[in-house]
Amino acid sequence: MINEPRTPTSARGGHDEFGMIHPAADPDDDSAVLRTEEMLLNMGPQHPSTHGVLRVVLDLEGERILKATPHLGYLHRGTEKLAEGKTYQQIVTLTDRLDYVCAMTNNFAYVRAVEKLLGVKVPPRAEYIRTIIAELQRISGHLFWLGTQALDIGAMTVFFYTFREREILIELFEKLCGARLTYSYYTVGGVSDDLTPDIIAALRVFLKAFPEKIVEYNTLLETNRIWLARTKNVAVISAEDAISYSLSGPTLRGSGVNYDVRKAEPYAAYADVEWEVPLGKNGDTYDRYYIRLEEIRQSARIVSQCLDKIPDGPFSIDVPGITFPAKEKVMIDMESLIHHLKMACEGIKPPKGEVYCGTEAPKGELGFYVNSDGGNHPYRLKIRSPSFVHLGAFDHMARGYLIADIVTIFGTYDVVMGECDR
Amino acid sequence: MHPLAQFVQERCPDAVTGVKDAFGELTISVRKERLVEVCRALKDDPQWAFNFLTDVCSVDYPDAEQRFEVVYHLYSIDNRRRVRLKARVSEDECRIDSVTSLWAGANFMEREVYDLMGIEFTNHPDLRRILLTDDFDGFPLRKDYPTEGRGWRNTFEFLPNTSEGPKS
Repeated sequence: MINEPRTPTSARGGHDEFGMIHPAADPDDDSAVLRTEEMLLNMGPQHPSTHGVLRVVLDLEGERILKATPHLGYLHRGTEKLAEGKTYQQIVTLTDRLDYVCAMTNNFAYVRAVEKLLGVKVPPRAEYIRTIIAELQRISGHLFWLGTQALDIGAMTVFFYTFREREILIELFEKLCGARLTYSYYTVGGVSDDLTPDIIAALRVFLKAFPEKIVEYNTLLETNRIWLARTKNVAVISAEDAISYSLSGPTLRGSGVNYDVRKAEPYAAYADVEWEVPLGKNGDTYDRYYIRLEEIRQSARIVSQCLDKIPDGPFSIDVPGITFPAKEKVMIDMESLIHHLKMACEGIKPPKGEVYCGTEAPKGELGFYVNSDGGNHPYRLKIRSPSFVHLGAFDHMARGYLIADIVTIFGTYDVVMGECDR
Repeated sequence: MHPLAQFVQERCPDAVTGVKDAFGELTISVRKERLVEVCRALKDDPQWAFNFLTDVCSVDYPDAEQRFEVVYHLYSIDNRRRVRLKARVSEDECRIDSVTSLWAGANFMEREVYDLMGIEFTNHPDLRRILLTDDFDGFPLRKDYPTEGRGWRNTFEFLPNTSEGPKS
């Protein structure tokens, strides 16, 4: 049963592999045992597996899904409209609230877009810190995903294991920038605080023990019959369809398409370190699980190489009109005080123009399109959020599967509704 | 002229209205009637192969002759190259052809543009509001949509209207 493709079919006559009686499709057929009619089922908006608030209207034939219509927008806060009235550095805090599971990756994606518009290059130390933190965020995001996906499917233990390591990371982030959830750590021009030696030491301790922990998670799931039965051949999408639906990140790579923004358009320090892009074959939930687990390993590899190579120097540029001057300077230097005041009142004024900048977030390609009219706030800011795009393929991927598979299919995208609804 | 712009010019004569190469990104403006044709040419050409639709969004320029601009970001996975397509849409004739026949993922993206900016997509299979409720009035991403003051929310009967003091 496990390795046999569970092909999406409509009701067939007779008994299926589970011993359930299925009436034949033709209503005039005498062999029809039961009278059937389609049923409409509302799932959500309050449902523990939706990771936020999402409602899906299911057209059902027995337990099989004929059509699944996602209804979004329960968490819509109008981020794009809000951004049009805020200065460029204020928007960093708005991006925290998109994908709140790994908020710093959103900061990263946003500041990269603004830096591209400004033509700013950040110092090498900042590039390395950014890479390290982005990969730690990927680890913590994937750990969150793994715990909750397994929890949704019924394997509760994994959740406790993954959250044990996630907690260590979150405490490190707290040490780094003072926040556990909404960090606002990346700033235009660099990062807000330096990576201190004690954090680096703590990270080395974490990375030393971490590979064993990954083996531990895998041991819980790899040979677990229930996990395999509920993830293998569930929510299959071919490479061609995955591209057509604009999927990205692990969801696209699960179908074997080699597209990772970090490799395709290397940014930060990704070109300086060695790592691989794991690819799947079957495009099913199991392959996407496998990819995310492998990505955790690769992220740990990137972080440890970056820790070895991290150069000394400033962690942010110091350009009046783009960054705030150092606090010590503001206290003694008139010029710096004026720069500080101008930054606080006016903010950054990029040149007129427009840029699109895509960043590989744990969920997929997170892109920011910034359209500037030369003023101190964006004329238009568009967030290309992977969760939103992924839900566009939900109907396609859910058709033909059972109601019980719905939670698996939600989980397999790693959807966070805050990012989806914006 | 950029070779890609030249390619579009040759394949779809009279479709291109402007080409801009800024910030390392190529932008090709096309006439809205020819947009789907240009997209198909870019997607199907084996050399350029822009097979991935990254994003669809829109920008509002209230003072321009043709008020709205629909922006498409295409990406070629094989060539690792991006291009931006733009088409202007006027307020009176606020519609453009849908690209859902080329990319299934355009369905949600175009619904979002319709929902927040009010641009209709002809031949779209399921053009409904997506983030806002079906009975929402107005298109909030338009520049003339107010960001403060009273709005739709104040008309809800089940919410106490605090601005007029408590009702007796």
